[in-house]
Amino acid sequence: MEEFFQQLTNGLAVGGIYALIALGYTMVYGVLKLINFAHGDLFTIGAYLGLTLLTSLGLVDRFGPVIGVLLLAVMVMGLVAVIGGLLERVAYRPLRTSPRLSAVVSALGASIFFQNAVMLIYGARFQVYPHNILPKVMVPVFGLEIPLIRIMMFATSVVLMLGLYFFIQKTRIGTAIRAAAIDQGAAKLMGINVDRVILIVFLIGPALGGAAGLMVGLYYGQINFTMGWVYGLKAFTAAILGGIGNIPGAMVGGLLLGVIEALGAAYISIAWKDAIAFCVLILILIIRPTGLLGERVAEKV
Amino acid sequence: MKNVRTPLYLAFGLAMAVMPQFLNMYWVDVLNNVGLYAILALSLNLILGHAGLFHMGHAAFYAVGAYTTAVLNTTYHIPILWLLPVSGVLAALFAVVVARPIIHLRGDYLLIVTIGIVEIVRIALINNVFGLTGGANGIFGISRPELFGLKIRRPHEFYYYIWMFAAVTVYLFHRLENSRFGRALNYIKEDEVAAQGSGINTAHYKLIAFVIGAFWAGMAGNIFASKMTIISPESFSFWESVILFTIVILGGSGSIRGVILGSFLIIGLPELFRGFASARMLVFGAAMMAMMVFRTEGILPPLPRVYPLDKLIKGGRA
Repeated sequence: MEEFFQQLTNGLAVGGIYALIALGYTMVYGVLKLINFAHGDLFTIGAYLGLTLLTSLGLVDRFGPVIGVLLLAVMVMGLVAVIGGLLERVAYRPLRTSPRLSAVVSALGASIFFQNAVMLIYGARFQVYPHNILPKVMVPVFGLEIPLIRIMMFATSVVLMLGLYFFIQKTRIGTAIRAAAIDQGAAKLMGINVDRVILIVFLIGPALGGAAGLMVGLYYGQINFTMGWVYGLKAFTAAILGGIGNIPGAMVGGLLLGVIEALGAAYISIAWKDAIAFCVLILILIIRPTGLLGERVAEKV
Repeated sequence: MKNVRTPLYLAFGLAMAVMPQFLNMYWVDVLNNVGLYAILALSLNLILGHAGLFHMGHAAFYAVGAYTTAVLNTTYHIPILWLLPVSGVLAALFAVVVARPIIHLRGDYLLIVTIGIVEIVRIALINNVFGLTGGANGIFGISRPELFGLKIRRPHEFYYYIWMFAAVTVYLFHRLENSRFGRALNYIKEDEVAAQGSGINTAHYKLIAFVIGAFWAGMAGNIFASKMTIISPESFSFWESVILFTIVILGGSGSIRGVILGSFLIIGLPELFRGFASARMLVFGAAMMAMMVFRTEGILPPLPRVYPLDKLIKGGRA
């Protein structure tokens, strides 16, 4: 039972990261009906920018771990958001009215571009985060010893997700995003600047992805230029699992995928870890073709 | 219209036929890869380009074909060319089994499921499923194809073997896209509900498209296995499916000449960019974005269908 709960908490921590990345996929999909394959690489860029800023600015030494990491996260999120906005302007806006799959190929091109840019700048080898940033403390929770960093990871992703949820549900901009996702044409007629909404989505999504990249760097301690593919694919799976285009769906899908993976690796087979996740996805989609929280969309005739 | 294009195609065919005489082994091998990818991309084109199904897992069928050939050849010593149809049939059977339950999924849901299938296949191969696939090292010692006592071994010989196969592929898929079946697939792509309303069994047609595409990919797997004589799971990764997907969309989905041009660009261009050394994939990614931004329909989109009236009227019935 001890091991079960350890795996469960580990799965929730990793699932939180998947959920943060999945939110970027699902928001972009909601507004543009585009699978942004470059999103995983924005996550990688977040992890690398975090490393650079961490080692060059010495924020943690100057402000202590809590404020230092917070400042770092804000800077990383801002920078990755700017890259995301630029990406939208260069690679996706010209393809707004073209066949959907053309934009997908453009996204794949952007992904190759980012991945190789990171490799050229930082080198192909694994990069290591400094060890002593966050204290390695075990916290007793219901008689279990759980690493503090794991709890912080989960808490951070939940806070970011709740923040996003209230932003989307309660603010004017959030309402505009939801309107544009339902019907772009009608949103335009209501005086919503859809181009600006899309740009905002491309700022928020990558910012969350960048934050996830920083969290992975801090949690696992090492990063690689190809990790965006792996995490991106997992997060995309999570977004589909929950029903793509649906924001709570991405959160549920991410957490669920993290838990399934952790438990599958522990109890079935670690070599089949990724296959188990995909098998569960396929089974769920056979039963519920639009994901767990996806609405049944009637075909327009 | 047609008169302008026919000499062009003939010239291209002729140029391809004499090409190996002027190239060294390395470039012939590059062209062999282009040909192999052209065959694969043409088979994917039926599913992705004609039926409009978002299929990013074509490498799974390719892998099934290649491993069928490798296992049967190394354990039972069956000649490679006999295994060509066998590989196709096994890949097609695999397609029936996996595509049947997922065929009703809409666009992007189908996309992730096909990605999932290719990943599951790759992981199964690495984990040495059924003790047949040789794990991460793969299978080696696959023999060469032998045609009328002539053993195909050198790149120049493979060049003619692969491109003859590609020519047959082009002919057959050209016939297929102009058939009743091809038109039905296009109808499904343009408007599935209307197609269903006109009496097309959409699920059935989509499944057939998958099966034919998988059959052809399985045969391409056979050629690949005999060309390399050693295969391993890494040759059939998700990345391979992405390349095929890109070839079809970038070249012009649903257009045979577009797909062939796409194979030359995607497989050939990185070779030409060797001058950029380590930055070549960076340039390649940027080029992919630029090509899509400037030619949103693909480089050579399919021509509109032409129905010459005189031919239709002459027979009395269409």
